[in-house]
Amino acid sequence: MKLSVNGTSREVAEGISLADLLAELGVDRSGIAVALNDRVVRGAAFADQALREGDAVEIIRATAGG
Amino acid sequence: MDATAAADAPLRIGKHEFHSRLLVGTGKYPSVEIMRLAHEASGTELVTVAIRRIHLDDPSGKTLIDYIDRAKYAILPNTAGCTTAKDAVLTAQLAREALGTDLIKLEVIGDPRTLYPDTAETLIAARELVADGFTVLPYIADDPTACKKLEALGCAAVMPLAAPIGSGLGVCNPYSIAIIKEQSGVPVIVDAGVGTASDAAIAMELGVDAVLMNTGIAAARDPVAMARAMRLGVEAGRLAYLAGRMPKRLHASASSPLAGLIGTAHA
Repeated sequence: MKLSVNGTSREVAEGISLADLLAELGVDRSGIAVALNDRVVRGAAFADQALREGDAVEIIRATAGG
Repeated sequence: MDATAAADAPLRIGKHEFHSRLLVGTGKYPSVEIMRLAHEASGTELVTVAIRRIHLDDPSGKTLIDYIDRAKYAILPNTAGCTTAKDAVLTAQLAREALGTDLIKLEVIGDPRTLYPDTAETLIAARELVADGFTVLPYIADDPTACKKLEALGCAAVMPLAAPIGSGLGVCNPYSIAIIKEQSGVPVIVDAGVGTASDAAIAMELGVDAVLMNTGIAAARDPVAMARAMRLGVEAGRLAYLAGRMPKRLHASASSPLAGLIGTAHA
């Protein structure tokens, strides 16, 4: 199925969880946060959060700014 | 320390308390090491960061936050770059989740050239974020009415600009800043436009509670030296405000007595 991850289209296995996606991407989970379709998903809920075709995932971290 | 400085209360922003009145950014430094040294020299206790997408081609690379000693510095994430209340609110919620802080510098930009805030969107976002439990510090124009509205919505501070972001022009409208401070029940933090130490001192002499700056330090030829200069400027301005300056007068007033002068002119 197709997802949008940080604005880029990505093909992933049907029915994977958010935790699976982060592992597949090689994302270190410290210092990041995730929004699924414009809603924040708490870190504790990553494993139980199933993803669906067309979902928009945003993964962010802090960076330099003023 | 003299009695006036010793009696100065700490800066209180919501439930947070700071002894430094200088907030600094993390952007535009020549290197993270220079940033680290500049933060140290500035004496700051609160540093701003931006929130952005991770790089999917380097998803576990070191990030800025790895270079900030969180035992020494509290983090103030911003919503810089957002142009709608909706994006700013989601960015704030993501920042809270990523960084474990309720502090948010709310910034909703209305125009990419001047980087002036969108006041209407800022008010909408402020209302939502306060209701969601955030300690909200909104970047806003030097507009006394907008500042009063933000305070009424429950913002923990208001942050009027001294001059456009990154311009280094200093306090362009000291009268507005003074009025904002005079009528504010929450801390006033001058945010943006401070270019050198005298600008910081002028802002503090107006009675504002703190100054936030990034480019003024980061874009100096020697950011570490400028960080110390800014610290001294903020401290000097604060102390001058607390000390109470002499009234300005049009004509001269001799500092030496007129009585006892030699010669004939004063006989």
